[in-house]
Amino acid sequence: MTGPIPSARSGSELIPSESAPDSLARPAAAPSPGAARIPATRPPGLADPASPADPASPAGTADLAGTAEPSDLAGSADPLSAAAPPASLVATVRRLRALSPELTRGLLGTVTLALVATVGKVVVPVAVQQILDRGLTDDGVRLGLVGVAVGAAAVVIVVTAVATYRMNLRLYRVSEGTLAALRVRAFRHIHDLSMLSQSAQRRGSLTSRVTSDVDQMSQFLQFGGVMLLVSTGQMLLSGVLMFAYSWPLALLVLAFYVPLLIVTRLAQRRLAARYAQLRERVGELLGAVAESVVGAPVVRAYGIQDRTAGRIDGSIDRYRGAQIDAQRVIAGVFSLSELVAALASASVVVAGVALGVDGSLSTGRLIAFLFLLTLFVMPIQSMTEVLNDAANAFAGLRRVLAVLDLPRDVRDPGLGADSATVAAEGAPLGGDATSPTGSGRDLPVGPLGARFVRVGFAYPQGPPVLRDIDLEIAPGARVAIVGETGSGKTTLVKLLTRLMDPSTGTVCVGGVPLPEVRFASLRARVLLVPQDGFLFDLTIADNVRYGRPGASDDAVRTAFAALGLADWLDRLPAGLATRVGESGSRLSAGERQLVALARAQLADPELLVLDEATSAVDPETEVRLAAALAELTRGRTSVTIAHRLSTAETAQEVVVVDDGRIVQRGPHRDLVAVPGVYQRLHRSWAAGVGTAADETRPEGPGAPTDVRRAAAPPESRMKP
Amino acid sequence: MMPSATRTDARESGVIGLGFATLWRGIREQPRLFALAASGACLYTLTGVASSIVLGEATERIVLPAVRDGHADWPAVAVAAAVIVGVGALRALGMFVRRLAGGTVVFRVQGHYRHRVTRQYLRLPLSWHQRHSTGTLLSNANADVEAAWNPLMPLPFAVGALIMLVTALALLFATDPVLALIGLVVFPTFGWVNLWYGRRVWPLYAGVQRLRGEVSAVAHESFDGALVVKALGREEEETDRFRVHAEELRDAMIRAGRLRGLFDPLMESLPNLGILLVLIVGAVRIRSGAIDVGQLVRVAYLFTLLAFPLRAFGWVFGDLPRAVVGYQRVEAVLTAPSEEPQGTRNLTGPGPAALRLAAVSYAYPDASPDGTAALPGTAAPAGTASPDGASQDDAAGPSARSERPVLSEVSVEVAPGSIVAITGRTGAGKSTLAGMLARLVDPTDGAVLLDGVDLRDLAPGEVSRAVALVPQQAFLFDDTVRANITLGLDVSTEAVWAALRSAQADRFVAALPAGLDTHVGERGTSLSGGQRQRVCLARALVRAPRLLVLDDATASVDPRVEGAILAGLRENAGASTVVVVAQRRSTIALADEVVHLDAGRVIGCGRHVDLLASSPRYAALLTAYEQAARAAGTDAMPDPDLATEAVS
Repeated sequence: MTGPIPSARSGSELIPSESAPDSLARPAAAPSPGAARIPATRPPGLADPASPADPASPAGTADLAGTAEPSDLAGSADPLSAAAPPASLVATVRRLRALSPELTRGLLGTVTLALVATVGKVVVPVAVQQILDRGLTDDGVRLGLVGVAVGAAAVVIVVTAVATYRMNLRLYRVSEGTLAALRVRAFRHIHDLSMLSQSAQRRGSLTSRVTSDVDQMSQFLQFGGVMLLVSTGQMLLSGVLMFAYSWPLALLVLAFYVPLLIVTRLAQRRLAARYAQLRERVGELLGAVAESVVGAPVVRAYGIQDRTAGRIDGSIDRYRGAQIDAQRVIAGVFSLSELVAALASASVVVAGVALGVDGSLSTGRLIAFLFLLTLFVMPIQSMTEVLNDAANAFAGLRRVLAVLDLPRDVRDPGLGADSATVAAEGAPLGGDATSPTGSGRDLPVGPLGARFVRVGFAYPQGPPVLRDIDLEIAPGARVAIVGETGSGKTTLVKLLTRLMDPSTGTVCVGGVPLPEVRFASLRARVLLVPQDGFLFDLTIADNVRYGRPGASDDAVRTAFAALGLADWLDRLPAGLATRVGESGSRLSAGERQLVALARAQLADPELLVLDEATSAVDPETEVRLAAALAELTRGRTSVTIAHRLSTAETAQEVVVVDDGRIVQRGPHRDLVAVPGVYQRLHRSWAAGVGTAADETRPEGPGAPTDVRRAAAPPESRMKP
Repeated sequence: MMPSATRTDARESGVIGLGFATLWRGIREQPRLFALAASGACLYTLTGVASSIVLGEATERIVLPAVRDGHADWPAVAVAAAVIVGVGALRALGMFVRRLAGGTVVFRVQGHYRHRVTRQYLRLPLSWHQRHSTGTLLSNANADVEAAWNPLMPLPFAVGALIMLVTALALLFATDPVLALIGLVVFPTFGWVNLWYGRRVWPLYAGVQRLRGEVSAVAHESFDGALVVKALGREEEETDRFRVHAEELRDAMIRAGRLRGLFDPLMESLPNLGILLVLIVGAVRIRSGAIDVGQLVRVAYLFTLLAFPLRAFGWVFGDLPRAVVGYQRVEAVLTAPSEEPQGTRNLTGPGPAALRLAAVSYAYPDASPDGTAALPGTAAPAGTASPDGASQDDAAGPSARSERPVLSEVSVEVAPGSIVAITGRTGAGKSTLAGMLARLVDPTDGAVLLDGVDLRDLAPGEVSRAVALVPQQAFLFDDTVRANITLGLDVSTEAVWAALRSAQADRFVAALPAGLDTHVGERGTSLSGGQRQRVCLARALVRAPRLLVLDDATASVDPRVEGAILAGLRENAGASTVVVVAQRRSTIALADEVVHLDAGRVIGCGRHVDLLASSPRYAALLTAYEQAARAAGTDAMPDPDLATEAVS
C-alpha cells in the first residue's frame, strides 16, 4: 500500500520500545508505537502508514490525504486548534461524559477493579518482608508460615491479574466506545457546518478532527494511557507502603526523587520542543521528496537531478539530526533516573542499617523497602515520555470537542434545539440530531420561484460580499448570473440554496422564507449542482443514485437517456457498473460533469441552481454537456452561474453582479447593446472564445506527465 | 498496493529469517555503532545481575548481622554503598550508550536508505514514475524505510538480554540448582508468551491500521464532497456510512485491546509467581542448609530485574513482519531497472536545432499484475467521441481503446528555427509526443533525432542542455521565483528579467513583495495558475534552448496575454526551433506548420490555412467550441474565428 506518510513518526524511532519499564512498556508489536507519541499533526488514517502492515488498504486516498494534512494542522494556521480553550482535564472528561454516559457507567466497578489491580502490585514486597521477618527467623525456618504467605500472595497475584484483565477490557471498551461515538458525532457536526464547503484548507483540518486526533487519543489509551493510570496507582501505593515500613527511609527516598521529578518535568518540556522540531523536519523531508516525485518531468527535462538530490539529502540529514537530538534528551533522562535510583538504594542501605542497628527496622522491612523502591521508580522513569504523549493526546481530544462547540450556523428548522447544545446538557450520543421534533414548513407544490429581499452578506469580520440584493425569479424562469471572479455570484447561489444564511435580509423560495423550510423539503426541491460535480469512489450508477437513494438501475439509465447520454453510457467499459475511481479520477473532467448532471436529473428538483464548470474539456464532451444541460433545465426554474457567456446569451434573463451588487439585469440582447459591465465582460469573453479555459486544464489521457498523480484534486496532492 | 501475496508471505515462518537478513543489512551499515549499542545493553543487563549479587551479599553480610547484633560494620556498609552506586552508575552509562548509540544506528541506517531510495527516484525513468502514485513513493521513502529498520532499535537490548539470561542462569545454577530449575521454567515461559503475543497482535494492529485508513478515506471523501452532500441533503446517509467504518474500527481496537489487556497482567504476574516459587522453595533450601538468606534475596531480586529485558525479544520479533514487508518495498525501488540507455555523443552546433521524428511509436508498458500500472488516463478518453457518433474510429469501445498505442509511426520533420504546432483532440497523443522530444519517454519504436542524432545516443545532460520543455502542468518548487527560473543555472539577473519579459511575467513578478526573491510557496501556491505557467515559460526561455517545446503551456494564461507571449516568440523566431502543443486557434495560427494528430497518428500536416481548407476534420476540431455554443441553442453567437483572428 502506499502508506500514508507519517508526518511525524518521531516517536517510534525515538522511543525505543523497551524504554518504558515493565508496566508501561509499549505494545510489543504495535504496528505503530510511534503514532501515539506523535503530537497533534499525525495524519489520519494514515495514522501510521500502516503501509507495510497492510498491503490491502485503500491506497491513494489515505496517503494523499495524509500528506495533505500536516500543513493544515501544523498549528497556528488552524482556526480550530486556536479555538480550543485550554480546558482542564476534568472539564474535558466532564464533557465527554455528557456525550457518552457509558463513560462513567459502572465506574464504581472499574474503580474497584483498579484498586485491586494496584494492591496486587505491592504484594511481592509484602510477602518478601513477611517471610524474611517471620518465616526465616534466626530460630529456624517456619515452613508453614512461609507456605501460607506464599499461598496467600499467589492468590492475590492471580486475583490481581484477573482484575487487571477485566479492568483493561472495560477501559478499552468504554474508551473506544466513547471515542467512536465522539468521532461520529463530530463527523455529523462538521457536515452541518456551512464553513465546510468554504475552503479546502479548513476542510483539511476538520477532516483531521475525526481522523488523526481521535486515532491519536485511542492509540495513546491503548499503549500508554491505561497503564499510566495503573502505574500512578502503583507509585502512590508503593510510596504509602514505604512510609508504613519506615517513614525516615521514605523521606530519604523523596529527597532524591523530588528533584528528579522536577528535572524530568523540565526534560519533558525540552522533549516537546524537540518533537516539534522533528515534526517540522519530517514535513520538510516529505516536501522535498514529494517535489522530486511530483515534479519528476521537470527534474528530467531540465537535467537538475543533482540539484534536487542535494535538496533532498539536506532534508534527510536534518531530519536525522533532529531525531538524534531528541534521542539524546530521552537517553539522558533515563540514565539520570537510573543513577538516582542507585543513589537512593545506596542511601537506603546505609540509613537502613543504621535504623536496623537501633532495632527500629527489621531486615524484612529493609529488603521489602528496596523491592518497593523499584516499583516506585519505574513509573517515574517513563513519565517523561508518557506525559508528553498524554498532553498531545488530550490536546487532540480538546480540538475534537472544540469542533462540537462550533455553532451550526445554518439550522434545519425541522430539527429542534441545536443538538450540540443538547449534547452539552447531557443528552446521549446515540440518539442523533433528529430526535427533538422541530417546526418548519415544506415548500409549496408546483414550480418554484425565488425572491431576495434586501439581502446582504459578509463573512465574520470580513468586508461585505453582497449588498442590497433585491431579486425576483419567476417560477420556470431561466436566469443566468454573470460577473467577474470575486463579484459575489457564488455567494448569491449559496444563499439561494441555503448553504449559508444572509447577514441581512431574507431569501424566499416558493414564497417561504428559507429559514422556515425544512431541509427534507428544501434539499428535495432545490438543488445546487456545483462546479466540479464531485463524484464518490463508487460506480456510475451509485453516484447518480446519490441524487435519489433507492432509485433502480433503470431509473438511472432513464436519467442518462433523458439527457441524451445513453450512448455515452453504453460506451463505458462496464456501463453503469463502471467505477469512477477516487474523486472520479478515472473519468475526464467533462465526463464527471456529465455524471453530475445525470445525478441532478434523477434528483429531479423544481429549482435547479447550476454553477457552470470552468475547466476546459475537449470540444466533443463540451457539445454533450451543452446538450445535456439544455435537457436538464427544461421545465424547471434554473439559475446558472454562467462562466461562458454563451449560456447567458440563451438565458431569459441575465443578472450581472459586480462588487457585491446587482448592476444590470435583462435579456442578453438588451444588455450587450448598452455600455456597461456586461458589455465589457462579453467582449472580453468573445475575444477568448475557442479557448474557454481560464482556469487549469485537465490533462489529456495521452499526457506523459503523470496522469495518475494529476488525478488527485490539487489541494490534496502532496502537501507534506 | 502490494499484492496480497506479500502479506501471506510475511506470515510464513520464513519471516524470521527474512527479518533478520534485513536487520543484518542495517547492522552492516553501522557495525561499530551497533556493537557499541549492544555493549551498552550488555553492560546494562549484566550490572542488573551484579546489583542482585550486591544486594544479596549486603543482606547476608551486613544487614542481617547488623540487625541481629545491634551494631554494624560501618566500613563494610560504606563499601556496599559505594558498590551499589558504582554498579548503578555503570548501569546508567550502559543505558545511555545503548539508547543513544542504538538510536543513532537506526536513524543513520534509515537516513542512508532514504538517500538511496530518493536517488533512485531521480534516476528511474518517467515511465516508472507513472506506474507509482506519489503516495506510494513517499511512503517507500519514509514509512517503509522506517518500518524496515525499526526492530533495530530494541535489537541491542535483546542481545543484552540474551547475554544476561545466560549469565543469570549460570549464576542461578552456581547458587542453587533447585532454584535454577525455577528460572529454567519461568524465563522461557516468559519469553514464549512475549513471542506469542508479538505474533498474535501484529495482524490485529495491521487490521486496525487498515480500518483507520478506511475511516480516513471515508472522512476525506465525504468532506471533499461536502457541497454535493449538502446540496442533496445526504448528511444522514453520510453519517451512517461513516459510522459503519468508525464502529468497525472501534471493534477492532477493542479486539486488539482484549489481547493487550490479557498480555499486560500476564507479563506482570508471571515473574511475580516465579518469585513466590523461589521464596517457598528457597525456604526449604535454607532449612536444609543448602543456601543462606542472602542468596535467596539475590535470586528473588534477580527475578524482578530479569523480566523486563526479556520483553525485548517480543519487541524485535513482533516488528519483524512489518520490517520484512517494508524492506521488500524499499528493495523493489532500489532494484527497479532504470531502462534508459545513455549514449556518449555530444551536440555541436549552436543556433536552432533540426528535429526529426522517424516513424515514432509509443505504447504504455503492459499493466503489471497488481493492476496499478494501468494508467487511468489511458481509459479516460471515453467521452471524446462526437455526439452523433460520427467518428467511426471511436466506436470500437473503451476496451479496444485502452490497447491502442498512444502514438503510431509518427514522422515529422521540423526545420531549424521554425515553429510547428501539434494539435488534436484529447487523447490524441500530443503530450506524449512533446515529452518524447525532451526524452521524458523513449519511443517504443522509431527514433527522435536532434541534428540527426538519436536522443538515446546523446551523452547524459546533452538533451536537457539543448531542449527545454514547458509541460502542461506548471510545476514550481518551493523556492524563490529566481531559483525556480534558474534551477541552479548560472545566469545573470538581467537574463532572468529578460526571460520574464518574454514570458509576459515581468510585471507581476516586479510587483511581488520581494520581487525575484519572493518565495512562491509549495508548488507555487501563492501564484495563480496563469502566473505559474508564465514563470515556467521563463524558466525555459532563460536557457535559450535550441529546441523549445511548449506542451499547452499557456492554457491557463489569459488569451490576450497569451497573444503577447506568442507574438514575442514569433518575433524571436529563428533563435530556437519551437514545437508547441495547442488547442487554441490563436496559438495554432502562429505556426509555420501544423501537425494534426488523431488517435496517435498524423492525419494532417501543413499550413493552418491549407489544412482548414482541405481537412474537414481539422476544421471541425477548431470550430468545436462554436458547435458547442450552437448546441446550447445560441443564435447570436459571434464568429469565434473572426474574434480570434482579430486578436492575433
